[in-house]
Amino acid sequence: MIQQIHYFVIAPPLVLALAAGLVLLLDAFLPAGRRTMAGLGLVSLAGVFIALGFVVAQAAQGGRTLATFCVPDALARATGGSGPAGSQEGAGGTGLCSFVADRFTLIFAGLVLVAAVVVVLMSMTELAGGGIPVGEWYFLLLCTLVGAVTLPASRDLIMLVVALELVSLPVFALTALKRYDGRSSEAAIKLFLVSVVSTAIMLFGVSLLYGVAGSVHLSRIGAVLSGASPPPATFAPTLEAAHGLPAVVTVGVVLVAAGFGFKIAAVPFHAWAPDVYQGAPIPVAALLSVISKAAGFAGLILLLVTALAGQAATWAPIIAILAALTMTAGNLLAMRQRSAVRLLAWSSVAQSGYILAPIAVASRPGASGDALLSGAVGASVAYLVIYAAMNLGAFAVVMTVSRTATRNELDDYQGLAFRSPMAGLALAFCLICLAGLPPGLAGLFAKIVVFRELVDGGSGWLAVVMAVNTVIGLYYYVVWAGRIFTPTPPVTAARRPFPATWVAAGLAVALAVVFSVAPQLVLDLATAPG
Amino acid sequence: MMGWLPVALLAVPLLGALLLLISPALLRPVLRGYGLVFSGVTLALAVTLAATFDYTQAARPQLTVDQPWIPGLGLRFHLGVDGISLPLVVLTALLTFLCFVYLSWGDARAPGQLLTPATGRPRALVFTLLVLEVGMIGTFLALDLLLFFVFFEVVLIPMYFLIAIWGGRGRRSAAIKFILYTLLGSVVMLLGLLLIWAQTGTLDIVALSQAHGAGMSRGVQVLAFAAVGIGLAVKTPMWPLHTWLPDAHTEAPTVGSVLLAGVLLKMGTYGFARIAIPVLPEGAVVIAPWLGALAVVGIVYGSLACLAQRDLKRMIAYSSVGHMGFVLLGFATLTTVGVNGALFANVAHGLITGLLFFLAGAIKERYGTADMPSLGGGMLATLPHLGAVLTFAAIASLGIPGLAGFWGEMLALLGAFQPAEVLPRELFLVFMAIGGLGAVLTAAYFLVMLSRVTHGLPARPALSLTATHSAPGGAGAGPEETGSGAAESRPEALAAGAAESEPEGGRRPAEVTETGSPAPKAGAMRDIRGYELVAWVPLIVLILLFGLWPKLLLSLTTPAVQTLLGVLS
Repeated sequence: MIQQIHYFVIAPPLVLALAAGLVLLLDAFLPAGRRTMAGLGLVSLAGVFIALGFVVAQAAQGGRTLATFCVPDALARATGGSGPAGSQEGAGGTGLCSFVADRFTLIFAGLVLVAAVVVVLMSMTELAGGGIPVGEWYFLLLCTLVGAVTLPASRDLIMLVVALELVSLPVFALTALKRYDGRSSEAAIKLFLVSVVSTAIMLFGVSLLYGVAGSVHLSRIGAVLSGASPPPATFAPTLEAAHGLPAVVTVGVVLVAAGFGFKIAAVPFHAWAPDVYQGAPIPVAALLSVISKAAGFAGLILLLVTALAGQAATWAPIIAILAALTMTAGNLLAMRQRSAVRLLAWSSVAQSGYILAPIAVASRPGASGDALLSGAVGASVAYLVIYAAMNLGAFAVVMTVSRTATRNELDDYQGLAFRSPMAGLALAFCLICLAGLPPGLAGLFAKIVVFRELVDGGSGWLAVVMAVNTVIGLYYYVVWAGRIFTPTPPVTAARRPFPATWVAAGLAVALAVVFSVAPQLVLDLATAPG
Repeated sequence: MMGWLPVALLAVPLLGALLLLISPALLRPVLRGYGLVFSGVTLALAVTLAATFDYTQAARPQLTVDQPWIPGLGLRFHLGVDGISLPLVVLTALLTFLCFVYLSWGDARAPGQLLTPATGRPRALVFTLLVLEVGMIGTFLALDLLLFFVFFEVVLIPMYFLIAIWGGRGRRSAAIKFILYTLLGSVVMLLGLLLIWAQTGTLDIVALSQAHGAGMSRGVQVLAFAAVGIGLAVKTPMWPLHTWLPDAHTEAPTVGSVLLAGVLLKMGTYGFARIAIPVLPEGAVVIAPWLGALAVVGIVYGSLACLAQRDLKRMIAYSSVGHMGFVLLGFATLTTVGVNGALFANVAHGLITGLLFFLAGAIKERYGTADMPSLGGGMLATLPHLGAVLTFAAIASLGIPGLAGFWGEMLALLGAFQPAEVLPRELFLVFMAIGGLGAVLTAAYFLVMLSRVTHGLPARPALSLTATHSAPGGAGAGPEETGSGAAESRPEALAAGAAESEPEGGRRPAEVTETGSPAPKAGAMRDIRGYELVAWVPLIVLILLFGLWPKLLLSLTTPAVQTLLGVLS
């Protein structure tokens, strides 16, 4: 049997993979030098842009959901009775596809790729400092992007796990690329251990789910576990004997949730974040806080809302409590930080909590396709998109400051608005956006969307916890923003221009400003019509 | 229709702020005129708004604009004015303009005028004030729950920086306290607003007010009223939630205090009249006795706290707690009379306390301290005009008939005498009695203040110097001697120098030596200056006008209040 591959559908990850290979080849055969360094950056950038072009082209196809790597009709009927009716209409064939490019996928892919542009631009500045092998850096970066773009499109457990590993593995190496740097190595080891453990946990959970449902396809798992589809013959006795689902499903759900909890740095798996963010080069920290986190959320949402929708009673309270703990822990710890990157690390943990919160009320059975973006999940995605813009803006400015202030503590930002007005204003805007106050309307509306889902979904207590957290968060953001505008005795530090980082910061801040004026753009994207 | 007017009211200050951001260098030389022009145009627009307003239809929103902004959130850009918001819009535009007048009139080299490069950051100050004006006016114009919330929040950051940059010595902690406290209130209010939205499916304040709570069960209404009420009460501020206010007022620069007391506090009380009471009438009935109780506690507490204050600015700040207590008591009665009184007291408090803070700022700039014992009395002899205006403002604030402060308190107490039928009358009679006692205490502390500051013998230099040493605000004793010693030779310069360095606080160690040192001779100080007179006279005139002719304002609010109370009245 010949598997038909729809190459247009898989074009974005394919382009990125080819670019990664090309970068590695060019690095091997071109003479090392400043021009090669810039050239490799530009090749990576071009790869990202082409991939982005394909994503836009797919989006321009309109409402048609593209899919590939599908199980052929005949095979599906032979193995497992009828395919889950109506769960994947428009996907072609039976609907059991491993790679689907629907709105959900495209939003995440677009988010990842735009963030990637910013990260690549930041990398150019980072690499210009020397000491980091350029070819390897871009190769690893592009590999991560392949994973991050593939992950939201994955609709079966194996793809999901492979894509997630593809996101994680290169990041260890990226973190450690700053050779002979103690902090960096420590960060890489920490990240590696935590990630491997989380992968193991998740794989265990995944195998349990597969064992019970007898399928790796998310929609099929969902159908089996919610009783819409008959379970595979082998497992039927177990399932029926218990009058419902065996406890092993609950275990599987918890383990899988825990595995993803590591990726998004949710409590109680959050402790790695600040050390790793601080030890890693700043572009990698930005990558971890936006791209890797977005991928983690995409996977979590896919699993919970598609495959485990019927188990919402099990995971919704867990997610709610995790969200509450995550935002509280992140905010409380962020208040005590003196280092800018550590503060951003904790703040991004807290923001994870905000993004996680609406998922707790997203228990809609039978979600598929665009329903993935209805209501609560849409709120999460909208928050994630806005968060990505503002957080990247903050990281980009922090990066420019880190060039002159090696320790990069909050004190180094004193009077930034006078030394470098644009950087000061941009950072202040991003921080106030993150705090969720006007003029950072993007952050405010993002929070309002989340609050609205929580109040609407009946999770009043979570809304109150989040409200209190918003206030705690405001404290450190505003204190930092205040420092920026506090005059200092003029120091004439020798400053070099970092054009690439400026473009990166400009791009991120411009997006944040656009989202502030017209948040409808994000809400339209993230919320399915109707 | 003149629907563009409300939009222009927001667009003009916003444009002013944005231009300042875009072309800083170009505007630097004309900065003083710049703020004056933009706030002046805004005031002119507000006056035009008042002129085009149809006074026969004061109950319904006029000059409305209704455009979808964020359909995904159901948020519409819905603006309009009615009898309740019109006076507040004009008051806001007026106070902002007067603040700019105060800052930039004349040669702008006087102590209180922060727009000189020497005192730093004139551009940032103009920018901050213009953004603040956008938020304040927007709050009063918004007719959409979320839009109201957005504007309600817009003021936080500019006010934070106003206190944190141009404030007094304890400015940083005061600013943080202010913003955290009010944000906590705001997010609780946001939850309440979203609860209303979740239950009714609309954010349109006009539609919600007309529905009078239809579609929401009693329990939901009580919960929503409590949540929205807490948010508004923090801003107002109501008694147990007021603790941010004295610090913020004391540390804020003069213009900050004026706008904080004159406008920002009104945003809280306005919210009760605009959202809480009309949208959630059943919730209002349940919570009204509590609101009334906290209000009278606030009245008495505020007055007693005032009696204990040494610092003039702090005393005026606490007096705001008391006056806002009267406003809340008026709302709690849920009667036309009471709510009318509340709205009147609102505007009157904006005018009177605005003036009082201008005066306190002027005194602080002249004496280098607002500590009443250090001021040493005898102001009527040394600075007769300033003393006279202070006396006038204090008497207006304590509620002498014939001045604006009287009618609001009187009507609020009258409302408490005969509250809405659904409310327990005995309880409100008690409230009225306590409120009356509070009014007496108000008179007491203002008279004590006057006897300390304006009357008595002018203090001798030696006396006032010793007093400053014991004062909490006094800078180190050693350098102070040299500071005043140097000042003996240039008495004029000291008054200016001391006040100029005051907003800089600890940032310029070289100048701190002069900070807080009292002027050695009263003769060194000048009485009311031109820029002060220009800024104060409109307030004085309006206080007299509303005091003698309260109908001017009451005729505007009465129909609107009758509509908003709807079934309750």
